[in-house]
Amino acid sequence: MKINDVILQTVTKIVVFIILTFGVELFISGHHDPGGGFSGGLVLASALLLLYMTYDIETVHKGIPFDFKKIAGLGVFLAIAGSMVPMLFNEMFLTQKKGEFQLPIFGATELSMELLFEAGVALTVVGVVVTILLTISEDVN
Amino acid sequence: MIIPLLILLPFAASLFVPSLYTYVHSKKIGWVVMPIPLILFTVLCLHIPKLAAGGTEAFTIRWLNDAGIHFTTHLDGLSMILGLLITGVGTLVVIYSTYYLSEREALGRFYMYLLLFMGSMLGVVFSDNVLVLYVFWELTSVSSFLLIAFWHQRKRSRDGAKKAMLITVTGGIGMLIGFLMLHAMTGTFSIQAMIGMAGTLPSHELFVPAMLLILLGAFTKSAQFPFHIWLPDAMEAPTPVSAYLHSATMVKAGIYLVARFIPLFGGSELWFYLVTFTGLLTLLWGSFNAVRQNDLKALLAYSTVSQLGLIMSLLGMGSAAMLDIPGLDTAVFTAAAFAGLFHLVNHSTFKGALFMIIGIVDHELGTRDIRRLGGLAVFMPITFSIALAGSFSMAGLPPFNGFLSKEMFLEASVAVRELSLPGIGVWIPAAAWIASVLTFVYCMIIVFQTFFGRQQQTPAWVDRGAHDPQFGMLAAPSILGLFIVGLFFFPNVLGRWVLQPAMAAIYPAYGDASQLVPHIRAWHGFSPALWMTLGIIAVGAVLYIFLRQWRVIYTIPPFSWRIDTLYNLWIVQLEGNSRHLTKRYMTGHLHRYFVYILLFFIAVMTAGVSFIWKRAFNFSGDAPITVNEYVLIAVMMTAAIAVLFAKSRLIAILLNGVLGFTVAFLFVVLRAPDLALTQIVVETVTTVLFLLTFRFLPDWKKERTAKRTKVINASIAAATGMLVIVMALIVQGNQLFDPISSYFTDVMEQSGGNIVNAILGDFRAFDTMLEIVVLLIGGLGVYALIKLKSRKGGGNYED
Repeated sequence: MKINDVILQTVTKIVVFIILTFGVELFISGHHDPGGGFSGGLVLASALLLLYMTYDIETVHKGIPFDFKKIAGLGVFLAIAGSMVPMLFNEMFLTQKKGEFQLPIFGATELSMELLFEAGVALTVVGVVVTILLTISEDVN
Repeated sequence: MIIPLLILLPFAASLFVPSLYTYVHSKKIGWVVMPIPLILFTVLCLHIPKLAAGGTEAFTIRWLNDAGIHFTTHLDGLSMILGLLITGVGTLVVIYSTYYLSEREALGRFYMYLLLFMGSMLGVVFSDNVLVLYVFWELTSVSSFLLIAFWHQRKRSRDGAKKAMLITVTGGIGMLIGFLMLHAMTGTFSIQAMIGMAGTLPSHELFVPAMLLILLGAFTKSAQFPFHIWLPDAMEAPTPVSAYLHSATMVKAGIYLVARFIPLFGGSELWFYLVTFTGLLTLLWGSFNAVRQNDLKALLAYSTVSQLGLIMSLLGMGSAAMLDIPGLDTAVFTAAAFAGLFHLVNHSTFKGALFMIIGIVDHELGTRDIRRLGGLAVFMPITFSIALAGSFSMAGLPPFNGFLSKEMFLEASVAVRELSLPGIGVWIPAAAWIASVLTFVYCMIIVFQTFFGRQQQTPAWVDRGAHDPQFGMLAAPSILGLFIVGLFFFPNVLGRWVLQPAMAAIYPAYGDASQLVPHIRAWHGFSPALWMTLGIIAVGAVLYIFLRQWRVIYTIPPFSWRIDTLYNLWIVQLEGNSRHLTKRYMTGHLHRYFVYILLFFIAVMTAGVSFIWKRAFNFSGDAPITVNEYVLIAVMMTAAIAVLFAKSRLIAILLNGVLGFTVAFLFVVLRAPDLALTQIVVETVTTVLFLLTFRFLPDWKKERTAKRTKVINASIAAATGMLVIVMALIVQGNQLFDPISSYFTDVMEQSGGNIVNAILGDFRAFDTMLEIVVLLIGGLGVYALIKLKSRKGGGNYED
């Protein structure tokens, strides 16, 4: 039976970008408002889930040709390696530093070492969730 | 500076060897590896003059300052002997393996393990810090395990590797505890610093336990009775490995350790008794069992056990020089230690050569069973000559180096009889003599039953005919053969340049080490030792001739006993029982596993609630419960109960979703936006995953469970729920310490921001880091379970 999913596909095309933007917003706002690496990562992952459910795996893979296992690994690497950076400056492992920076578009922005750490968390969450999803659904074939 | 580099070089090389396949023909990998031990050997040789002049060389790479653990190397005479053996024999073994191993073998892996072993062994002998030494010590066990199981498709190899690993690592852990006790006594991890405090230690209560545990490590590693049983089974390794690890180097690590700790423990009578008598017992038992073997390699294994016992007992007698006995003639006992070191070197030369020769026989004729060998002297003259030199040296005959050290051993055994301690008597030289007779017998078996007598037709013989192998394969044993003869004629060169600094390391209390080094002479008049040797030859020859007649005693109980039986009983029983037990409770039913987990939880919690924790509840600080919460809780309870009565799986999952989203809503009401947000997203993702797994599940059937099971399940569930509630109330009501959250809020008030994320990303960042590692492992686990499912007909690796 062929399922008619025109509406789902059309809606997804727009909604995915809203969800992705929301995920990034959650991730960045985490320092002062609700959000952060874990929930931001989960929202990003759910956007991808929606894509995979609406279209088939091959189509999505053409657009996003990543190996999500590697993304998860990269996340863990970022979190651990980033935490080691302070050790190079004779600080304790996982010391978090922050400072104000003048960035081209954003203006005066507060950047913290936590950002790197949270990015690692987010990437791991995205990688693991998508890996599990793809593995289970590909098993049918 | 150079010594740490020596240790690191083999490790570094072992990383690159497996990738050599791309560039080098597999037959030539050995030639790429060979320069590494050769360079190390040369560098060590260049240090000999400095050591002979009485110097030592220490170098420290500071590491963990707070714990006092540093990578300290200490080069002295004792570590030098072992270092020379490891690198020298190592070079020869690599040359030999190049010809011995077929190019079809996984040579990259082989040389990687070999280099790994070489590096760890150098680490053992050069480390001054006991904890670093321990790590290298276990690494030698690991590399030995890998090398024994090199032909891992054979069950016997795997079993032998497992046995060696179990025994040596058990001893190693005992030794670690001993080291920690030493640290508790002295406050340092440095062996040299401990030796400096040797005088104050014997009165300490941990002195004897530490000694026993360190000896356990040494005895298991050096295959002393009753731990020797792993060595014969380790012979499943390729012959170059047996020649290298299991005769020349690794099994000497225990002997090295005993020699190293003589300055610390040598003054104790218990140490003297344990080391000497264990050594003698091992010597006797090993030589006795060697005679009964039919496999040449097994024979050599038992002979190695026995020779290790000989060296061990000599070191034990040597430690007697430090006993506090008035009028003690210490020269006699220091001579025993000297003989031990001398025999250590000699044993590596002749046993290494013999192993290589047996390997050649096996390689050429396809068997090492003496019942199927014979008459090879004519066909393999060079092989035969080296075998003759090696065996006669081991039997203690001139003109080979084994004669000199064997004579010194017999002399020492006669001299130690004079020691005025209980239990010492004429039986010590008697035991030494009997063991030497048996040694003589099995040496004759090697020579005469293999190389003389009737020719047997082996399949390989019929195919190719027997002949000496190519020159390259003979090169390594020939060089060792030259040492066997050369050391007989020039023993004092070795004594002056290599053994004297080692004696200085064993007896640091004697100022001038040159007094400790006797002048070795082949002829020293008609001493008791010479008469004993003549007796050995006479009685040994008679026993060899009538071997067939008296060999029946090996079937009579006290002689037919084997320690192996105990080990097998233990391991087989253990494996059988645990398999039985596991099969009983691992039924494959998921709900059974839930029952186990929850029952355990209930048991622990009930015990805690009834006996340990205060059961005071305190509701005074609680906020009032509003209508919102009542409604939400009611929805959650309804959804949870409704799941039980769901008619289809879809409904069950949707109801579960209702439950989850209501929890999220509750978080909103309780003003925890972070939790609510996370809960919503998690709930969404898990619901999708649930739906995905749908199609793999069998059709939903209403299970007909017995009423009794239902009641039991319900009561387990109810008890778990009740306990969680009670526990939460107890935690709420009994605050033992000020809550740490006040610290967090204090800090956060200054900076402002999201406290939940500050906890996750900063205060408790270490937790978060490990959690995402766990998450990654979980994801990869799912991937591996599903993608790498064993294909139909795939091998079962769990025997």
